[in-house]
Amino acid sequence: MKHQYDVVIVGAGLAGLRAAIELGEKTKVAVISKVFATRSHSGAAQGGIGAALGNEEEDNWEWHMFDTVKGSDYLGDQDAIEIMAKDAPRTIFELEHLGVPFNRTSEGKIAQRAFGGHTRNFGEAAVKRACFAADRTGRVIMDTLWEQCLQRGIAFYNEHQILSLMVHEGQCCGLVAYELTTGKLHSFYGKAVLLATGGAGKIYKTTSNAQASTGDGMAVALRVGAPLEDMEFVQFHPTGIYKLGILISEAARGEGGILRNKDGERFMERYAPIIKDLAPRDMVSRCILEEIRGGRGIDGKDFVHLDLTHLGKEIIDNKLAEITGFARTYSGVDATKEPIPVQPTCHYMMGGIACDAGGRVILDKDGKAFPGLYAAGECACVSVHGANRLGCNSLLDTLVFGRRAGIEIRQYVRHVAMPKTNANFEKADADRISDLMTSSGKENIGRIMAEMQETMMDNVSVFRHEKGLKQALDKLNELKERYKEIVVSDKGSCFNRNLLDAIELGHMLDLAEAIAMGALYRRESRGAHFREDFPTRNDEEFLVHTMLRHTDKGLQIFKKPVCITRFQPQERKY
Amino acid sequence: MKTTFIIWRFDPAKDKAAHYQEYSVDAEPADKILDCLNKIRWEQDPTLAYRASCAHGICGSDAMVINGRVELACQKLIRNFKTGNNFVIEPLPLFKVIKDLVVDLEPFFEKYRSVRPYLITDEQAPDRERLQDSKTQQFYEPALRCILCASCTASCPINRANPNYLGPAALLRAFRYIFDSRDSSTDERLSQIDDDDGVWGCKTMWWCTDVCPKGIPVTRCLGQIKRGLKQKDKEK
Repeated sequence: MKHQYDVVIVGAGLAGLRAAIELGEKTKVAVISKVFATRSHSGAAQGGIGAALGNEEEDNWEWHMFDTVKGSDYLGDQDAIEIMAKDAPRTIFELEHLGVPFNRTSEGKIAQRAFGGHTRNFGEAAVKRACFAADRTGRVIMDTLWEQCLQRGIAFYNEHQILSLMVHEGQCCGLVAYELTTGKLHSFYGKAVLLATGGAGKIYKTTSNAQASTGDGMAVALRVGAPLEDMEFVQFHPTGIYKLGILISEAARGEGGILRNKDGERFMERYAPIIKDLAPRDMVSRCILEEIRGGRGIDGKDFVHLDLTHLGKEIIDNKLAEITGFARTYSGVDATKEPIPVQPTCHYMMGGIACDAGGRVILDKDGKAFPGLYAAGECACVSVHGANRLGCNSLLDTLVFGRRAGIEIRQYVRHVAMPKTNANFEKADADRISDLMTSSGKENIGRIMAEMQETMMDNVSVFRHEKGLKQALDKLNELKERYKEIVVSDKGSCFNRNLLDAIELGHMLDLAEAIAMGALYRRESRGAHFREDFPTRNDEEFLVHTMLRHTDKGLQIFKKPVCITRFQPQERKY
Repeated sequence: MKTTFIIWRFDPAKDKAAHYQEYSVDAEPADKILDCLNKIRWEQDPTLAYRASCAHGICGSDAMVINGRVELACQKLIRNFKTGNNFVIEPLPLFKVIKDLVVDLEPFFEKYRSVRPYLITDEQAPDRERLQDSKTQQFYEPALRCILCASCTASCPINRANPNYLGPAALLRAFRYIFDSRDSSTDERLSQIDDDDGVWGCKTMWWCTDVCPKGIPVTRCLGQIKRGLKQKDKEK
């Protein structure tokens, strides 16, 4: 089935919805989403969205910019970070005007709280910068934006899985999608496509991410020649619920929660004497694992305690109700009385589809644009997060750059004609699906996925070294070969999750390889990428972005310079 | 621990009628019901259809009937049930089944859209945020916990008797905007639901409150709307 729009957005999380709102008034736009729109994973964001409003204490955007640059271990592009930090207050006021129900101060202003790595006066002490709605900030922003889209009559195609991008003479002209409830293929033609498909945490065994977070946008972009940037930087959030990986927001520590080892010691004091438990996530995750390696995990096991017992019922009920509910439901822990068992969990991809601050996907180190193709949100790499993202900068990223992509696309589609092509773009995907459905292979999709997740967890997570990374790449090659022999047992056309699993697994295997290759290539330690065989940062050689491009001979690596404007790289201490 | 799952199956492409299918799963007390469904799909029967995404009770995808009660499959663990090792899993009632445990929620969202679920304001926005009293925000805050899983509406006996009734989820969204001090459409919002297909359809049976996986006091919120309408009548 063919559809014609000016713009097709893939993904109904915050970046996609914000872009849709920007475009919706005068442009014919469709949003396609693999899940029903309100099930998108932005809704799981808990703690807050950062902006130097100064509602609770003095703050300014330059401090926010500095914290983000330092948090990124100087790998973030400072021109883009400046845009984001400056635009943050406007973004929050815009959300408020659209109806987002933020918590309020006693004066009725938007309330703010402390968050990891956010400081006043260039690192002096923690600052209250995160605007929030209890601990369901992502969900209320997403609901509000989705409702704004309903009001604007924007077309949604829910439960449609992207299969491939349509490219004609180097210009992106739409995409092919699979409709889950009917099994039909759809060609969405458009002058521009915005990929806003979120993260890929499902590549790892322990993750805070949703089942839908399988990196589809990054994978389809890579296949048509768009480079991926900085894929080796994968954020492990320090406080996932033990064994489950479910997120306990940094807001818990922002409100005063404390991490403790088996001796009850507040161990972060030793590692980050100034901001302690509110150090950035890469550091805190490493510190937790150092404690565990040193035999100071709880009961000698691989977890530590997050202690909220001193916060009092009022703070817990009004500001942390959701996460203390998770602790009760999944760990059987009453957080007002006992500490929560936590361990690091795969949370966020700093890397993604290389693009500029207008969301234009770029093809090379000089920033040459891929005509018609745009990216925003977690699947994109602008790069504002560099080697490590600060908490409450991801929601900000989606909204600032989702809007900017919308503005760019609106101008682009005005001046560009729809590519004329008679190509049958659906055929390749129809053949692929037919091959999968009729395969006589014996390989089990679930088993390959589990092996990929274990390999990535064991060798390409918080601590990495050459031997493990090479092992992981060998294993991934083996799994890719076995993937060719998978069998899709469900032969039906209605809600065939089995087929979707197969497609998603193919995407994740490609991305897992990109992550491991980037990690092997970067012989230094920076932000979330820690090489035990190269434990220090090496600015001379590696103060550059890692770019990966798909070629006939496999992935090719090249470098892109980092943009440094206001803040020269320094040693990173907290 | 050997656990039996008896699951309601229906594939419109090949089944004339629904039937129950039995699976045996090796489950731990801390496993979620969703984990067990995943095990069945991964290891035994890839054709089993159900929705799920976040797997921790925030996206709202996996509401279904577990042992006779509407629950989120990702929010209930094996150990939460006193029924031992036997589980009966069925799709949400009230809605048309697409396949197995997947239902068509379009009628649910149609009602939701009908309450104009967005801020309506006739004031020019200031340069900064509009001020709002913290108490006002806290008053409508319970409604913000809603994840649109449809558990309440699917469980409401009135909804089964009167298909035109808006149902608790849509009315809860109306509540959220009626009591948001920034919204200027309060009177219109109240008038729109001032009948038996609207808030007076609610006969305070508490099922919505009882099943809500987010602990929202839905019935009380609807009661606040009724009180608002009575107040409005008095002022006439």
